Amino acid sequence: MLFFSRRKTLLDQLAQAAPHGRSLWADARTRFMRNKAAVVSLVLLLLVSAACIVGPAVLPHSFDSADWDSMSLPPTLKNMHWWGTDESGRDLLVRCLVGGRISLMVGLLATLASVAIGIAWGATAGFIGGKVDAFMMRIVDMMYAIPYLLIAILLVTILGREFYLVVLAITAFSWMDMARVVRGQTLSLRSMEFVEAARSIGVPTRRIIFSHIVPNLLGVVVIYTTVTVPSVILTESVLSFLGLGIQEPMTSWGVLIEDGTSVMEVSPWMLLFPGALLSMTLYCFNFIGDGLRDALDPKER
Amino acid sequence: MAVDNNKLIEVDDLSVKFATPDGEITAVNGLSFGLERGQTFGIVGESGSGKSQSMLALMGLLAINGRASGRALFNGEDLLSLPAQRLNRIRGNRVAMIFQDPMTSLNPYLTVERQMTEVLELHKGLTRRSALSLAISTLEQVRIPDAARRIRMYPHEFSGGMRQRIMIAMALLCQPDLLIADEPTTALDVTVQAQTMALLRDLQRDFGTAIILITHDLGVVAGLCDQVMVLYGGRIMEQGSAESIFYRPTHPYTLGLLGAVPKLDHEGDRLLAIPGVPPNMAHLPAGCPFSERCTFVMERCATQRPALRPADSPTEADDEVAVLRACHREVIEITREAERVLP
Amino acid sequence: MWSYTLRRLLATIPTLLAVITVSYILVHSAPGGPFDNEKQVSEAVLANLQAKYHLDLPPWQQYLHYLNNLLHGDLGASFRYADWSVNDLVAAALPVSLAIGGTAMLLSFVVGVGLGIAAALRQNSAADYGVMLVGNLGSVIPSFVMGPVLVLVFALWLHWLPAGGWDAFAPQYMVLPVALLTFINVATIARVMRGSLIEVLHSNFIRTARAKGLPTRVVVLRHALKPALLPVISVMGPLAISSITAALVTETIFSLPGIGKLIVNGAGNRDYTLVLGLVVLITVLAVLLNLLVDLAYAALDPKIRY
Repeated sequence: MLFFSRRKTLLDQLAQAAPHGRSLWADARTRFMRNKAAVVSLVLLLLVSAACIVGPAVLPHSFDSADWDSMSLPPTLKNMHWWGTDESGRDLLVRCLVGGRISLMVGLLATLASVAIGIAWGATAGFIGGKVDAFMMRIVDMMYAIPYLLIAILLVTILGREFYLVVLAITAFSWMDMARVVRGQTLSLRSMEFVEAARSIGVPTRRIIFSHIVPNLLGVVVIYTTVTVPSVILTESVLSFLGLGIQEPMTSWGVLIEDGTSVMEVSPWMLLFPGALLSMTLYCFNFIGDGLRDALDPKER
Repeated sequence: MAVDNNKLIEVDDLSVKFATPDGEITAVNGLSFGLERGQTFGIVGESGSGKSQSMLALMGLLAINGRASGRALFNGEDLLSLPAQRLNRIRGNRVAMIFQDPMTSLNPYLTVERQMTEVLELHKGLTRRSALSLAISTLEQVRIPDAARRIRMYPHEFSGGMRQRIMIAMALLCQPDLLIADEPTTALDVTVQAQTMALLRDLQRDFGTAIILITHDLGVVAGLCDQVMVLYGGRIMEQGSAESIFYRPTHPYTLGLLGAVPKLDHEGDRLLAIPGVPPNMAHLPAGCPFSERCTFVMERCATQRPALRPADSPTEADDEVAVLRACHREVIEITREAERVLP
Repeated sequence: MWSYTLRRLLATIPTLLAVITVSYILVHSAPGGPFDNEKQVSEAVLANLQAKYHLDLPPWQQYLHYLNNLLHGDLGASFRYADWSVNDLVAAALPVSLAIGGTAMLLSFVVGVGLGIAAALRQNSAADYGVMLVGNLGSVIPSFVMGPVLVLVFALWLHWLPAGGWDAFAPQYMVLPVALLTFINVATIARVMRGSLIEVLHSNFIRTARAKGLPTRVVVLRHALKPALLPVISVMGPLAISSITAALVTETIFSLPGIGKLIVNGAGNRDYTLVLGLVVLITVLAVLLNLLVDLAYAALDPKIRY
């Protein structure tokens, strides 16, 4: 009887002893809020996302409705074509927002997939250690050595340009950073005393991983997720720009920019608006990522 | 303080302040001392006592947010107010400094040869070849075996003790008048420590270099220094001849330091640890900085800072310079306790 | 040093083999592709394919023949063009890509390092922030946005430079592409250089160098630069590789007849074997580039070599 109650008390103590439990997050949030660039970026990003989701439903034009009266218009107030139209009279603003839906969705899906793969890969490698770790990291190194865009192009060439295939091709090359970082963090956590203590009193491995290691991984996971998202969005945009990504009738920012390039002499706004929108979104993600990194680990600067 | 022209270096009211996000921190507060040619001077204190920063200030090596005030006259020139170019002609040439960690104080990407010859080429205008042969012979003087071959190697190919000897050799290349040694043996093994200190002693005798030795280890001071200054919290606690400080300590902190040194011939005695923790330099007491840990503390110690005054010790000979101390207690109280506690 | 090189070279083989094999398998399984019996190609192309890929042999023998060809430097036959082998196409396109890419790399290194040093020495001044801000733009605005903008401004509005095209290494066709690639890379290089130099200048051995009375110029150039360059060199590897992918975009935007354009067109045409051959070629180049960076790093850092 006594043994079990002592063990439970020990477990409770271990749970509390898990370092940086509560105070880190509250502290981090304050630090993040102080970073004006990061906060502004977050707000902008939320605005853009909201616009992409809700906008097309609210605005009078649909993304493929050809307005024969208003072809190739520069930004104007007429007919609420605030960002102008293309050569078929389709409203650019709505197309940008709809394209944004696709770009952001690809970004989200591919990021979720790569984050999941990355965490699983890295945590397993870091926790098991030894030869398994060395082998798994060797594969990561090999993946790094390959110019990812090439393989993505190869995959797309062979398999086709379905939406989910594009996401797959992008995911295949976006998980390595997360894996590397998670593995490093797991390695250092594994050798910390509270884990040793837990193991020595017989806490099962699975429980150790979930109750002790995972909460401490959250910090790096959050940071690297915000780094992965812009990189994924960029990859999709490049593929689409080269004509190897999202297909008609769907559109994305990359496709819009490519379209804009072909008519930019006559209608520069077709290039500039989607280009600025994409750049701004990426910029915002960068600032948020920097802000999170500062907030969660200030001595890094 | 009147300037004494016989002195090699005369430091007057040296203070060092740092601008930090938490406010201004005074790391060194009002140091004054003088040193004659060929003399050795020990600065003793814990980490954070300001001992290193005071000497870094002399050499113009303070961090960007540091500012030194006061005067430090070296051969008539105030080191603290020299323009960079002038200071560069003195550093490495007339005044040299060696640092605590020989592992990181030598450039791992340059050969020992390059790091040594550049000093001679710069300050003495020697050619590469003559600089090389002088460097080799200096290495031999610090007892690096096979110096002619080894000088072409990189620092990481030497042991810690040898690296420190290389640093010493590098500092002595231009035969400086003054060598400042900042904890030169702290990072070394105990046996190597003794060797290195012996080497410093011999070199000092051979070259006639004045040495300022910074350390937290009283044992190291005992073997080498003529004069000693004991610092705490950036201020002088006690200052005088090594003999007086060691055999007739007049300050509680010095007493604590001496009591904390283990002695081989007294087994079974308990070491007198100084209770408490090192001071928080951002929040020092208004009075004596040592008051928080002093076993002799009185009420006014925390609020009223004791001035640095000569001690009137009854056992002193007339022509001896009096020890300076900053303490509210009477000398006799401390010396009585010293006799009781120390062998 | 040579044993180190050899070891690193050997270590690259598994990666190469893995990429080649995976790519080969992918191409092999492509429906309607060169290894599919249902394909519809001209007689001439079929003859070429037969000669290079030995299509009537069992698969694993085909694979071995392919590897053998590769070892002899034969990248295969095109699925669309009967008159040119992959090697022919590469021979025409590679010099163009190398000229643009090489010049851009060199320029970004020189400019990036210079800017980084300048910023590090004037830390937190207005100049420092300005440089970093402009630099950041370069690394965030995507190349396929900035490229067209450059064309818009300099070719279409100002008429200073042609909007694209190529004429036997004539400089006016090289300016904009090189400028684009440089702008993208300079940001990263300058930032890494600046951060690295600032950190090195805080080292103990720099303190020693200053204590010896060395003037600032000597301290920075002789003592600080080499260690500070190490992270920059490390980053050149990934940058060079990303230049390869940047080439895809650049050559598309400026209509340059380089390897990138070849790949994009090949992919668009579903010219599987061409794309396969190019992927193999570029992976080999990328791996070699990585190796070069490793060697340069080892050459600078005496601690690493043995």
